[in-house]
Parts: sequence; structure tokens; C-alpha cells
Amino acid sequence: MNSPLISAKAAEEPSVSSSTAVPILDIHDLTVAYHNKPVLWDVDATIQEPSLIGIVGPNGAGKSTLIKAVLGLLPITSGSVALFGQSIKQVRGRIGYVPQRESVDWDFPVNVRDVVLMGTYGQLGWFRRPGRAEKEWAMHCLEKVGLAEMAKQQIGQLSGGQQQRTFLARALAQRADLYFMDEPMAGVDAATEATIFHLLQELRDQGKTVLVVHHDLRTVPLYFDQVMLLNMRLVAYGPTATTFTPDLLYKTYGGRLAILDLAAEAVQARERSA
Amino acid sequence: MNVHDAWTILIACACNLACGLLGCFLLLRRMSLIGDAISHAVLPGLAVAFLLSGQRHGWPIFAAAVAMSLITTMLIQWVHRGAKVPEDASIGIVFSALFALGVILITRIAAQVDLDPQCVLYGVLEVASLDTVPIGSWEVPRVMLTLAAALGITLLFILLLWKELKITSFDPALATALGIPAGLMQYLLMAMVGTVTVASFEAVGSILVIAMLIVPAAAAHLLTDRLPMMLILAGAVGVSTAVLGYAGAVWLNTSTAGMMAVVVGMQLALAVAFSPQQGIAAKWWRRRRLAQRIAEEDVLGWFYRQEEKTGAVERSMEEIAKEAALARADLGSILKRLKKAGHLEAMAPDRMSLSNQGRQAALSVIRAHRLWESFLGEHLHLPADHLHAPAERMEHYVGPKLQQAIAHQLANQQLDPQGKPIPGLPPPSAEPGP
Repeated sequence: MNSPLISAKAAEEPSVSSSTAVPILDIHDLTVAYHNKPVLWDVDATIQEPSLIGIVGPNGAGKSTLIKAVLGLLPITSGSVALFGQSIKQVRGRIGYVPQRESVDWDFPVNVRDVVLMGTYGQLGWFRRPGRAEKEWAMHCLEKVGLAEMAKQQIGQLSGGQQQRTFLARALAQRADLYFMDEPMAGVDAATEATIFHLLQELRDQGKTVLVVHHDLRTVPLYFDQVMLLNMRLVAYGPTATTFTPDLLYKTYGGRLAILDLAAEAVQARERSA
Repeated sequence: MNVHDAWTILIACACNLACGLLGCFLLLRRMSLIGDAISHAVLPGLAVAFLLSGQRHGWPIFAAAVAMSLITTMLIQWVHRGAKVPEDASIGIVFSALFALGVILITRIAAQVDLDPQCVLYGVLEVASLDTVPIGSWEVPRVMLTLAAALGITLLFILLLWKELKITSFDPALATALGIPAGLMQYLLMAMVGTVTVASFEAVGSILVIAMLIVPAAAAHLLTDRLPMMLILAGAVGVSTAVLGYAGAVWLNTSTAGMMAVVVGMQLALAVAFSPQQGIAAKWWRRRRLAQRIAEEDVLGWFYRQEEKTGAVERSMEEIAKEAALARADLGSILKRLKKAGHLEAMAPDRMSLSNQGRQAALSVIRAHRLWESFLGEHLHLPADHLHAPAERMEHYVGPKLQQAIAHQLANQQLDPQGKPIPGLPPPSAEPGP
């Protein structure tokens, strides 16, 4: 069932679970800029243990930017990122991604199962089409999110929560070890949120690591083992119990470092005039 | 129809098919205008290729077309990002500048050669089949060979890279995260658009190329929500445009390419009218069906209420029209349908009464009506004289599931606010369905 990449990897390191040597994710002094203006400053974080991690911060804090930079979807200004000790290009087969729901056109002429099947495209390689095994796997992933009976529906007919679950099923279809999810619980009802959370827990219990951009502060302590507090820089990262504190939250939400804004503008101005 | 006609139609078919298929992906990527831009912006490339090679046909022209497609795409991105111009404006800037450059280059060299900007715009489909090359015992138009090759490459491109085209069109970020290069796929698509555009130029001209890149895809998108079907339909629109456009042009003795652009526009109008989801015809049909169903339920409800008051009820059509205030032109057909469904029984010729089955169906309508009245009274605190009208409307929409939910929220589940009994749900086995 596994792709060649994964099995080869497993042969190299037979005991992935004894996570002593190679960190799952190692972000080293990561700075990302849009139009020469840094929006994320010197983020430094290492994930050693498989866990469920919430990424929390105000609008414009750089949460999506962090995910996209780590996934290689945005250029990195400085610093480095290693996933399982390797560059993103070498380990794409082990990484799953759930983009924001608004990022795609839901009028696109595909049905729910087609979208989930896309999760298997990475393992197929060029030219090969998904076959019966992939289709069965896609249906299995749809059952996991409770959407099996919607498989043949055009995606535009789904409710917001069902669309989110479709994206989640697609991520499951990727068979990844490390997942990045950009607001998978945005605009869903309480029941769907519970279903999604349940799935995330299941993934974590299988030894996978899931990073989730999350907006609802009330549910953060409920959902996540670890939390990253982000506002243009990494304010804090650690176990939710000790990190998700009023003090640090105030630092994240209230105290935007005005210096960083000024510095970003200074960089942009210099780069322009140079 | 002679050989000349047949070749002309085949040439147009090949062009329309190739453009229609590629156009689907342009439309879904919201890049239809970039297709438009490329079909103009290749012009300076063609002029330069001609200057260098001295040939009007052959591979240098296509190499130039592909190169110009990529340059155009990159320039549009560059102006958009670098100069912070909105993308649509950037498209306009790049293609008009390149097209103008092409016109200047061509008019500069036009003195020496026969390369006519007019011909680029409108094409010369009428005479395209006259310039032939012998293949075996056949005299095949040269344009046909070029277009057949372009169509072949297009089909190969779409079939081989189907999955890559699909995912990079739908979700380029995910594609990149999976290791499928969305940028490369976009440039490949643009190169294909450039190739097909140039192959089509001589025959049909750039105006029809643009129409065929956009309109068949738009019509097909209206008619289906499956990607393979969308491509098939776009191809079908392209082919029928070729045939009908040619016939129309012969009939009216006018420009073939022009007629085809008109025909494809008409096909889009038909798609707008007959689209299964958003189509005008489908909407009209659904509304009509709903109105009929409501009228049927009104008749059943009226019979039920009469029976409640006076016991067995038997009426003629004229009496129903008068007493039930249901005087409408299609009352006859409504009653006929109710009889056919077994909801009404004919006692004597033209005398009708409620069948057992009809009584069950009426029960559900009455139950919905009285539940809604009770709900409005208890939860929205509406006065008694405000209850009937809204319930008369809602009785047609409140199904068994919602009835159950409403009943659970009522203090009095037996009687409605007027003191009339709320009938229970029909036992599930007794109902054979509508």
C-alpha cells in the first residue's frame, strides 16, 4: 500500500517512533517576506514528538504564511526548514496539506470522490491515473469523514462543513506522516468540528503530527497538546498547559511589536531604493 | 457538397475541437483572457520567425509561437507583480503592446512578402482548402495537415497529462505540495494554446480562435458538472459550430468564420436557456411542477376538510372549481392526474370523491397545515386570524421529518388553535408513495 518513497524511508530508519535523533519538523530562523516586506521574523521551532499542534494568533500574524513557507509554496527569505531531517522536495510524499476552503473554486466540475482522489496523485507520479486501489482508498477516506454517500455529488452542492470534511478526506488520502491544515474548522457547525477534532486525535494516536491553524481560542486547550503563539514572530511554543496562558496570549494579541512593523517597512524601503 | 466543402468543414472542425478542448482548462483557471492575449501576442514572434527563416509555414513559425506564448505569460505575471497592476489590466497592456509590435513588424516587411495582418484577424477559410499537398493519391489541404497535427498534440497533451491538468487547475497549491509543478503545467498549457492558435490563424483568423477558446467551454460548463463531459460537450459544440456555421455561410453567402462565431454564440444562448441547473427552461419546468403539486394538494386538502364537515363528499369539476375557489385553466388536467395516481375515484362520470389513498395523502397536508398553525400560535405568538394564510403556504413544504420535529415542540399536539384535530401521521405501511 505504501508508496516506494515511504517504504524506502522506513527501511532506512526502522524505528521512526523512537524520536530521538531526527526531529519531525525543524524550523531554523525562518524569515518570510512579501514584496520585500518581512511578515514573519526569525521563527525558530523544533517538533520532536508526534503531537497535535495549534497555530494561534491574530489576523495577519503570518499563520498561513508559516505553513506555506514550510511547504515550499512561498519563497523563504532566510533561515531553513527540515522535515524529517530532509528538504521539503525530498519528503513531499510524507506531507499532507489542507488549504483554506476559500482557496479553490467550488463550481469546478468535479465530484467529491474526484477531489479526494487528488490526494493520491502525488504517489502516482507523472502520467499514471488513479486505478481501482486508489478509488477504494478514496472511498475509505470519505467513510472516515462520514461523506461516503456524497461521493458522486458535485462539490458545489456541499455545505461548508461538508466541503471542509472533503478536504480532510483528501488529506487522509495523502497517507502523510506530517499534516499542515489551514483553518480546517472555519465556518463549520459544532457537530462537524467534533468530527474533525476526533479525526485529528486519531491521526495523532497513530503517531502522526498535525499542525492546525486555529481561530477559536475557547477550544484551543481542548484540542491541542502543543500550541504555537504567532504574531509576526513566534511568541511562544510549548505544551498547551504552560503556553496557552493569559500572559502569553496578551503578548500575542495585545502587544504587537511595533518595532517589527517599523523594521519591516524599513527593509522594504531599503530594498526598493537599492 | 463537393470536396472543397468537405475539406473546409473538416479544417474548421479540427480548429474548433482543439480550441474548445484547451478552452475548458483556460475557463476553469479563469484564464480565458490570457488565451485571447496569446492569440494576439504571437504576432511579433511570427514576423521575426519569418524574417529569420524566410518561411511562412513549418517549424520555425511554431517554435516562435510557443516562445511568444511563454514570453506573454511571463510578461503578464511580471507586469502584474512587478508593477503592481491588476492582472486584467496587465493582460491588456502586454497583449496590445505585443500585437502592435507585430503589426509594425509585418507592415515593415509586408512590402517584400505576402503576409497580411487582415488575414491574421479574419482568416481565409473559404480558400484554405485550395492550397494542397499530395499525400498518396489524395490532395490534402496544407492547413488541414497543420491543424490535424495540432489537434493530435492537443489530444495527446490532455490524455497523458489529464490528472496533472485537473489538479493544477483546481488546486495549484495542493498540486505543488504534492510535487506536481503547477507553474510548469501552466506554461505547458500556454504553449499548447500558442501552438493551436498559430495553426488555426491562417484558416480561421484570430477572432474565431478567441471565440472558440472561450465560448464552447463556457457553454459546456453550463451543461454539466463533470470534467470529462465538459470536454466532450465543448468538442461537440465546436464540431457542430463548424458544420452549422459553414451551412449558414453558404446559405447567406457570407463570411464563414464570421458565421461560425455567430453560431457558437447562439449555442451559448441555448446552453443558458437549457442548462439543467441554472437554465431558464429547467427553472421554468421546476416551478411549473411545483405549482401543479401545490394545486393537487389543495384539491386533496379541500376534499378532506369537506369530509370532516359533512361526511362522504362527491363533486363534479365545476363544483370543485366554484366551492374550493380553484377556478383555474388547468383544473381538468390536475383532477385527471389525481385520478390517475389513485387519489380520486370517479363515482359516476364526472363525479369524484377521495379514495383511501388520497385521504392518506391529504392527511399529511392537513397535518402539516395545522401543525404549522399551532407552531406559529405557540412559539411566534401570532393572533388567531394571522395563522391560516402562512399555514396555507407552508403545508406544501413541511414534510414528515419536519412535522415530527414541530410536533415535539408543541404543548398541544392534538388540536390546532381553532380547536380542529391534528391528524396523526399515516401508518408507514399503508402508503404506497405518490
